Amino acid sequence: MEYPPKDAPQGSPPAHPVELLETTGSEGGNRRRRTPARSVTGGGKRLGDVLFQNAARGSGILLLAIMAAIAGFLVYRSWDAISQDHSNFLTTFEWNPDNSPSQFGVGVLVFGTIVSSIIAMVIALPVAVGIALFISHYAPRRVAQVFGYTVDLLAAVPSIIFGIWGYMFLVPHMAGVNAWLNSYLGWTYIFKQQYPGSAARSLFTVGILLAIMILPIITAVSREVFRQVPAVQEEAALALGATRWEVIRMAVLPFGRAGVISAAILGLGRALGETMAVALVLSTSSVLSLHITDYGGGTLAENIANSFAEASPFGVNALIASGLVLFLITLIVNAVARIIIARRKEYSGANA
Amino acid sequence: MSDTLRRAAAPADPLHITQRRLPGWAPAAAAVASLALGTLIGTVFGLSSKLQWGLIAVLIFVGGQYALASVVEGRRQAKDRLATSLVWAAFIVAVLPLFGLIYYTISKGAGVVNGTFLTHSMAGVLSTETNGGLYHALIGTLEQIGLTILMAAPIGVLTAVYLVEYGGSKLAKAVTFFVDVMMGVPSIVAGLFVLTVWILMLDMPFTGFAGSLALTILMIPTVVRSTEEMLKLVPNELREASLALGIPKWLTIVRIVIPTAIGGITTGIMLAVARVTGETAPVLLLVFTSQVINTNPFSNPQMDLPVYIYQEFNLGTNASQADAWGGALVLIVLVMLLNLVARGIARWKAPKAAR
Repeated sequence: MEYPPKDAPQGSPPAHPVELLETTGSEGGNRRRRTPARSVTGGGKRLGDVLFQNAARGSGILLLAIMAAIAGFLVYRSWDAISQDHSNFLTTFEWNPDNSPSQFGVGVLVFGTIVSSIIAMVIALPVAVGIALFISHYAPRRVAQVFGYTVDLLAAVPSIIFGIWGYMFLVPHMAGVNAWLNSYLGWTYIFKQQYPGSAARSLFTVGILLAIMILPIITAVSREVFRQVPAVQEEAALALGATRWEVIRMAVLPFGRAGVISAAILGLGRALGETMAVALVLSTSSVLSLHITDYGGGTLAENIANSFAEASPFGVNALIASGLVLFLITLIVNAVARIIIARRKEYSGANA
Repeated sequence: MSDTLRRAAAPADPLHITQRRLPGWAPAAAAVASLALGTLIGTVFGLSSKLQWGLIAVLIFVGGQYALASVVEGRRQAKDRLATSLVWAAFIVAVLPLFGLIYYTISKGAGVVNGTFLTHSMAGVLSTETNGGLYHALIGTLEQIGLTILMAAPIGVLTAVYLVEYGGSKLAKAVTFFVDVMMGVPSIVAGLFVLTVWILMLDMPFTGFAGSLALTILMIPTVVRSTEEMLKLVPNELREASLALGIPKWLTIVRIVIPTAIGGITTGIMLAVARVTGETAPVLLLVFTSQVINTNPFSNPQMDLPVYIYQEFNLGTNASQADAWGGALVLIVLVMLLNLVARGIARWKAPKAAR
């Protein structure tokens, strides 16, 4: 890499287009030929820049390639399975791919997946935002720091441990709650128990377990976002006489909305795809029932884990088809979240 | 930032410019009073569950604070008090089961974990015997997670850098979209994918590395997403200042942008690691299981802590379930140690202003 000659005559044609841009870009009054800024460290596109940009782009392309492979494989296998299904894949309740007219469908599984995730989100999201606000804005500083770390640590608790804890501890303790809901809220139909006194291995218990599982994740991400709220905005609101709640409602929550939504999506993704905890806690059946405190039902991921061991090669394809359905559900959820986040883009620091 | 708010919570107001306020000890007094009332109601009506006592106390506390504040201080202040008590209540309600889980695991697992448990495998141990251990699973987990981080973290961070710093092209838009899609890949489907491609089509054996491949697929999108969020929060002024000093773009990214966001990036990577460390299903499909020590992740089946827990728990005997809780305790401690080390690094590496 060479420096341009210092004694080059004024107005001589620049060595290459980059310098042309730099010279014409300099302020008009200054006629003296300047050393272009870029040439101080070398001419043209810098090697480091080229390497780094290509490495970054390469990772992106690799990610696309993996994704294309997964999608292609999922669709191909699913097509293979669904074309040999002798019942309606979407509305059939039973899962018997290896029967001689093969009959299987995802009706119960989709219902169970969605219902348990909705229960989890309804419980977890407000509580998680509350804890995040507590840590970022309400708790005394020392308490906040300690609990911030604790929440991060709790986010790290593996789902299998939630599963065996749910099986050993939560299920027995849910019996009383279910009985109470049955006697006082039974009229809502949802909380009516058809088999009172049975073990609480129901979608409702699964939903609560999932809520506890995704709580730390939503909290950790939301808190991180709430802490990024510009102090100027909070102070401005305070100076105008706002109470602490008004500061949060007018400055903190609008700023953090996109972040909270992506946190919720992270949590929802985990709830939708949770396999082992559900497989351990839920007592499965092919009954679709809105009585969520009754045992029975199933989820897509749980069904894959439970049926995989004894599945034939065709049964595996059928399971992959149900995996594709799960995949599409999360895709739709993600798309909705993206649209919401895109409308709040102006709060991002990198507004370029 | 939030210090301002904390100070504002208890302003000294010697001149009484503003309206009447409840004294500083009012929330504490209300909490004690509502706890007492909750206990009273619980005893009088003979409610057996302590949970109900607590719930009643919480309801009385939230309602009482609101009523008291709206009488003394006015509606806006009352709303503020309501929000404060709700946030405190949310915190307490949520922290109980989470700490309950930790406490339960420790109380069940502490009696199991000892020197023998940590340094022996399950080779030749019956499900009713207590002299087995999880050394084989610990080795497997550490190696698989190490391989996964080596593959997923660079790809994930670089992709996020590409999206935030070199973004805007059609390729970047496609990558953003497919990161979202990839995020929705259920762990068990990632496992099935690697199983078919790597083991059935390419005819590779069941190994720890096969498990890492599935875990990498699961980890990359999480890393990309969190890193992306953190890079976006780096103010443009920092980038512009650096570029204006004539510093190349890649050096600006490596020395200015990433260090500013390193705390958040590390947190994101660690959350991703935490997620994949606990994954049971793909490992069960791809690594198979093993009762003996295998230190080579590239040949022969390995064990893995979550699978170990699952397997021992499902055996159903007292001894095996005790082993499962021991495994659970070790897994929690392992993940939390990883987490603390990462936080230490993040704190040590972060620029002073970012703390």
